[in-house]
Amino acid sequence: MLAKRIIPCLDVKDGQVVKGVQFRNHEIVGDIVPLAARYAAEGADELVFYDITASADGRTVEKSWVARVAEQLDIPFCVAGGIKTIEDAQAILADGADKISVNSPALADPNLINRLNDRFGRQCVVVGVDSWFDADSGRYRVKQFTGSEAATRDTGRETLDWIQEVIRRGAGEIVLNVMNQDGVRQGYDIAQLSAVRDVCSVPLIASGGAGAPEHFRDVFQQARVDGALAASVFHKGIIPIPQLKAYLLQQDVVVRP
Amino acid sequence: MTVIIDTGCANLASVRFAFERLGAPAHISADADTILSAERVILPGVGSAQAAMVQLEQRGLLPVLPRIEQPLLGICLGMQLLGERSDEGNTTLPGLLPFTTERLKVGDQPLPHMGWNTLEPVDHPLFAGIRKGDYVYFVHSYGVACSDLTLARCDYGQPFSASVGRGNIMGVQFHPERSGAVGARILKNFLEIPA
Repeated sequence: MLAKRIIPCLDVKDGQVVKGVQFRNHEIVGDIVPLAARYAAEGADELVFYDITASADGRTVEKSWVARVAEQLDIPFCVAGGIKTIEDAQAILADGADKISVNSPALADPNLINRLNDRFGRQCVVVGVDSWFDADSGRYRVKQFTGSEAATRDTGRETLDWIQEVIRRGAGEIVLNVMNQDGVRQGYDIAQLSAVRDVCSVPLIASGGAGAPEHFRDVFQQARVDGALAASVFHKGIIPIPQLKAYLLQQDVVVRP
Repeated sequence: MTVIIDTGCANLASVRFAFERLGAPAHISADADTILSAERVILPGVGSAQAAMVQLEQRGLLPVLPRIEQPLLGICLGMQLLGERSDEGNTTLPGLLPFTTERLKVGDQPLPHMGWNTLEPVDHPLFAGIRKGDYVYFVHSYGVACSDLTLARCDYGQPFSASVGRGNIMGVQFHPERSGAVGARILKNFLEIPA
């Protein structure tokens, strides 16, 4: 049976892993390669590296660390941040990344998803969506340029429409980052993830809000996501991955032991 | 020396790194003589069947594949390329083994089939030490039905071949280079199959 995936997310800034709260006040967590190797050894099913400065600064980030991670790691990993062209993606995939993830550049140029799909196949193409519950309208909305608080803005797009569009264009997986919940560890946004699951025919990864093992159980059982991504609970040792997996197995959630 | 056929696809580096981690460096090449004189050959592949066939043709590799008499392991799309035909783009393939590749029928489950799923291997040297229920990493939307060529089964909405093989020709639908200790053991087993 296909296992639910536990995915530590490593936010990368200037070649180091950092973590902030609601996209602010980044603190250094550690070096990329040793941290990646530690998570793989502890039973992480996959890793995601987000270069959080790339899009807001309008530059392509130097990513020599991708090949070093690929040499060490024997689990899949995805790289996100500043991928705007086929050439950007080609370089990262050639260095050994399994998937590339696009977010802001896909909003600016939705056809980028079609081009990535045509060249590399759907299985390589992840689309990240930063979504926000707008209490005034009662709608889920897409935000852009979230790497820097000053540069964050509304896109005018609604989350459920955008998810369906990116799948039509060739996205092979969706990472839904629920901004209201990020870094505050109050649990995943089950209502929003369930709404997205209903329109999402490709694998769906929940991101934002994990603070306790129960949150992982709930998002797998109630929102039926394929994977759950988290950062601070893993970086700070609040939830060790082996204990999390033992707990989920006990709760009848299928995970790779 | 193991030679990884340079299919121009994206996972060449990952496959090469996996052999380096096993202490058995492999060489990437698109040269017919290098491939045919290798001790063992790997056919990697990700992406679409049509695109892979274009790459193989441009590199002049299509006549080379049927001449490989050493142990040959196709990985992911590389396994599908061993067959006769793929539904993906209705593509004719080299036909080293008699099977066809079809789109997975998974009901309302997400596609691609992406993530860690369990193996049910038959008794075969490629799966020595691998138990029923061991997890490996899959990413694919097309698959090969179970038959007498099946070396390991998997299930996602329907049973399908996680591995096929006959004689020196073998293939795995999953990514052993990204399947932790289980994947490393399978690659090590391949290196130990007598050339």
